[in-house]
Amino acid sequence: MQNKLNEIREKAIAQISAATNLDALNEVRNTVLGKKGELTLVLRGMKDVAPEDRPKVGQWVNEARDAIETTLESQLKKLEKEALKLRYESEKIDVTMPEEVLTQGSLHPITLVKNELVDIFGSMGFFVYEGTEIETDYYNFTALNTPDDHPARDMQDTFYLTPEFLLRTQTSAGQVHVMESKKPPIKVISPGKVFRSDDDATHSPMFSQMEGLVVDKGISLCDLKGMLDEFVKKIFGSDNIKTRLRPSYFPFTEPSVEVDVSCFQCGGCGCKLCKGTGWIEVLGAGVVNNKVLEGCGIDTNEYSGFAFGIGLERIAMLKYGINNIKMLFESDMRVLKQLHE
Amino acid sequence: MLAPLSWLKEYVDIDVTPSELKEKLFSCGFEVEDLYEVGKDIHDVVVGLVKTCEPIPDTHLHLCSVDAGSHGTFQVCCGADNVRAGKKFPLALVGAQVIMTGKDHVTVEGVMTIKKGKLRGYESEGMLCSGVELGVTEDMYKGAGYNGLLELPDDAIVGEDVKPLLMLDDWIFDIAITANRPDCQSIYGIAREVAAVLNKEIKPLDLSFTEDGTKKEGFKVSVLAPELCPRYIAHYVHDITIKESPQWMKRRLALVGIGAINNVVDITNYILTELGQPMHAFDASFIEGNEIVVRRAGNGEKIVTLDEKEFELNDSNLVICDGKKPVALAGIMGGLNSEILDTTKDVMFEAAKFMRDNIRKSSRALGQSSDSSSMYAKGVYEYTTVIAMKRALHLIEELGCGKVSSTHEEVNSGNSIEPRELQVSIDKVNKVLGITVPTEDILRILKSLDFNPKADGDLLTLMIPAYREDMESYPDVAEEVIRMYGYDHVKSTFMPTAKVTMGGFNLQQRSTLKLKRALCGLGAYEGIHYSFFSPSDLDLLRLSDDAKERQAIKLINPINIDLSLMRTTLAPQMIRAMARNQKRDLLEGRIFEIGNAFIPKSLPLTEYPDERETLCVGIFGEEESFYKLKGFAKIVADCFDLKFTYEAATKPFLHPYQTAEIFCNDEKIGYLGKVSYEIMDDLDMRVPSFVMELDLSLLSKYYANEQKFIPLPKFAIEKRDFAFVVDKDVSCAAIENGIKEACKYVTDVKLFDVYEGLKLGLNKRSMAFSVVFTPQNEEFNDEKIEGYVKKILKNLEAKLGVTLRG
Repeated sequence: MQNKLNEIREKAIAQISAATNLDALNEVRNTVLGKKGELTLVLRGMKDVAPEDRPKVGQWVNEARDAIETTLESQLKKLEKEALKLRYESEKIDVTMPEEVLTQGSLHPITLVKNELVDIFGSMGFFVYEGTEIETDYYNFTALNTPDDHPARDMQDTFYLTPEFLLRTQTSAGQVHVMESKKPPIKVISPGKVFRSDDDATHSPMFSQMEGLVVDKGISLCDLKGMLDEFVKKIFGSDNIKTRLRPSYFPFTEPSVEVDVSCFQCGGCGCKLCKGTGWIEVLGAGVVNNKVLEGCGIDTNEYSGFAFGIGLERIAMLKYGINNIKMLFESDMRVLKQLHE
Repeated sequence: MLAPLSWLKEYVDIDVTPSELKEKLFSCGFEVEDLYEVGKDIHDVVVGLVKTCEPIPDTHLHLCSVDAGSHGTFQVCCGADNVRAGKKFPLALVGAQVIMTGKDHVTVEGVMTIKKGKLRGYESEGMLCSGVELGVTEDMYKGAGYNGLLELPDDAIVGEDVKPLLMLDDWIFDIAITANRPDCQSIYGIAREVAAVLNKEIKPLDLSFTEDGTKKEGFKVSVLAPELCPRYIAHYVHDITIKESPQWMKRRLALVGIGAINNVVDITNYILTELGQPMHAFDASFIEGNEIVVRRAGNGEKIVTLDEKEFELNDSNLVICDGKKPVALAGIMGGLNSEILDTTKDVMFEAAKFMRDNIRKSSRALGQSSDSSSMYAKGVYEYTTVIAMKRALHLIEELGCGKVSSTHEEVNSGNSIEPRELQVSIDKVNKVLGITVPTEDILRILKSLDFNPKADGDLLTLMIPAYREDMESYPDVAEEVIRMYGYDHVKSTFMPTAKVTMGGFNLQQRSTLKLKRALCGLGAYEGIHYSFFSPSDLDLLRLSDDAKERQAIKLINPINIDLSLMRTTLAPQMIRAMARNQKRDLLEGRIFEIGNAFIPKSLPLTEYPDERETLCVGIFGEEESFYKLKGFAKIVADCFDLKFTYEAATKPFLHPYQTAEIFCNDEKIGYLGKVSYEIMDDLDMRVPSFVMELDLSLLSKYYANEQKFIPLPKFAIEKRDFAFVVDKDVSCAAIENGIKEACKYVTDVKLFDVYEGLKLGLNKRSMAFSVVFTPQNEEFNDEKIEGYVKKILKNLEAKLGVTLRG
């Protein structure tokens, strides 16, 4: 009996080891372990075995079955592994072939600059007010201390729609709307499109500005400088950038300043970008003129403020090295594809 | 404005270099846009003495031996007709730079470097120069206008650089003056600032003259329009001899770009430059009626100005008249009928203040301008009118032009020319700046500006000169102090006294940005187009005459017709952008713009129009389709958890069968479609192009919708697929609705296949839908689903004649 069992076992293990596919393995399993399998038949013949021998024979059968099953299992794993390997090999690709085209579009450079400015000023507590592109003469000029006969009106060539309505020439027009509807403390930025009757190589009749305004107690020129210092460091991405204030004139601020930053290309030694001066003009600013505050019903004994205006195209052109302002409004895919967040 | 250093030096002892002065002016608010030496193009030209001068046979040339002192003696060939031995001329040494002229020896063609050369076989080591070749005109140096060599005086030192001799070592400052400082539109005004910034005394103007006592009896001046002319001064000068002005005056005028005419006219130009006061000189013999009347012109009244142009005037124009007729267009130009002539014997000088706005508007309306009118448009102070008249009369005497009479009339309804008092708090001045400027510095600065400051504790009392009308209150004083004290004293602080505020985008702005980013995710690039467009854009779209898009707001003064209307739709610029890209061989692309369309409530505008935030998407390329663009609309809807519905529609610029209007909750919010073949032809577009416009101002009410989580279904969903045979004109949307309305458990219906074939019959197609049933309170079983399916099929057949495909 033991010999017979050994014979079954050896034969089965030999067949299993020789099997090269799952079907062959299953066949072995059936012929040995199946309902009518050789080992199963041995177990069924147990009734013919002397009762005293039954435990011993049972043990032999179990040993044989365990051995066969173990081999079966390991051969199965081996075959599966081989099959997987073949599958992988059959799916080999040339990874250097070109990728499938998936396109991610991008925001306009002006939107990128605007978002960056809003991030910077938003973190300083400035909310965003977007005024209208069509404004009245009052909000664009008169309320900003620029009455009809004011020479500053000559500084800007205005597009008029009627004698009263015009295309805003500056986002400063939003200042008065904000101050009329909100009491101090005020920290607001107002980005948007502005329009001037200029059309040549370096001017576009439409461009973008961002006005900023702070009105609170005890605001001074030093606060303007401190805030601008932080702003230019963030927008031009360097802690080494310095600001310089120099006197200027805007009707709605007094004192008024032009703000230059140290040239981030040459570090201030003088280069083509800064025209050899080491400084680049980036924005105009100043302490809000009392007449503007008083016109909005704000008590100038209690409150003071500062305002600034940034040209977004100017920042975009400086930051990205864009050399032609008009390119920004032509939707040339070659231009739009170049810059992204 | 141009300011020669030598002229400034007449009034201030300038002991810094020109570039140092430039920096000083810059720091106190006067940007020097250009600073150049008068003789910047000239170097290495010295005084040469011609020792011998022999004609070269058969030529017009002379062979000269020229002594250049320590530089040596040189052989020079010279073709000028006035070269002579014993005379001194400018000699450009080898290596020198001079002005290059054309064959006529007059036309300037650039600069050139002198090289050793040979003329007709004779060596020439240098060049004897004319005035033109040194950039010197007759006005700048007497004799320099001669078309030949510039003869130098006998006492010129041989071998010395000619530049100091010809005053070519002078410097010109081109200074930008801000609009609040019209008092600095003059040499003397700048000199005041220079004196202040260098902490020097300004030298007074010589205003002395002697009236000879003669008086024109009965002469009177009346100002009938004092609102346009607050001060008018007239003064008579007689026994005039019209002649050339002295060289010094001609030179100064030349340096600021004014050509000399004659002594009387030159004096008015000199005053304009030196003091910023326009003056006019009338030939008094043409003044009729022994009077001057300043009044508004009559409607239709005419005048011929000095440049022989005739103007028809109206009552918004101011004129200067004698007893009978207009003799000048006030502040803009004198009349031809009272021009200074060579024969002029008596002159009436005018110095007046005319209101800048009136002069500016008249000048624009008439299209006539002059140095005077542009000065008036910048602003002239009454103080200057008085000073200028005195200075002019002084110059009449100094130049020996004539005698100053005692005929003087002055009409004044305007400001005082005396200093006015201004009191401010020193503390407030410092609070504007945020720093404490030492009081002694404040006093020093304000004194240098001639404000005569006196401090009494915190109270600062100033006497503001009448030419500083811009000084009104403490912030103005703060600005004067800091620009002289130095902006580098301003420290950086970060609003230590301010309250904390909340910042950043609001919901509306955040939503727009979210939408933009979603569109970028679909491979679209953001474009920005002008807010104005062209009437031809409306024609391009073939919009009917009564289309609402044609109700566009017009610009009164557009740059050109193509930028003359505020856009009412974003589509034409998007279509043109797609066409431009295709012209540049970019044959696929996706662009979007979010911008305003301007919809007037009335025309012409009487109130703010609607500025409607609008999304426009344009996609183009062989792979693009109506349905791809419709996918963009789906993403927009998804951004705000909305569902859009679509109805076939027509637009005059879109494909008649590939256009749909878009609805959201039954409100029409936009359209999409394929650009028509007619427009593709107009714009040479080469690939299929599609455009969509959505009115975001209608969607913004949904931006605040809160997102809510719906718990996952407790029971398994069931899915069934159906293939229907339908008439071609039955729309997909109709079938979808037919399915949904028949069973409340249907949560999704999706078309997944469309087939057309002869087997189905003409005008038929097969459409396959996948339908999802979602159980609500209890599990489905097959029986229930079968029941729902039957209901659906019955409904479809009854309403749309749709049957299952056999």
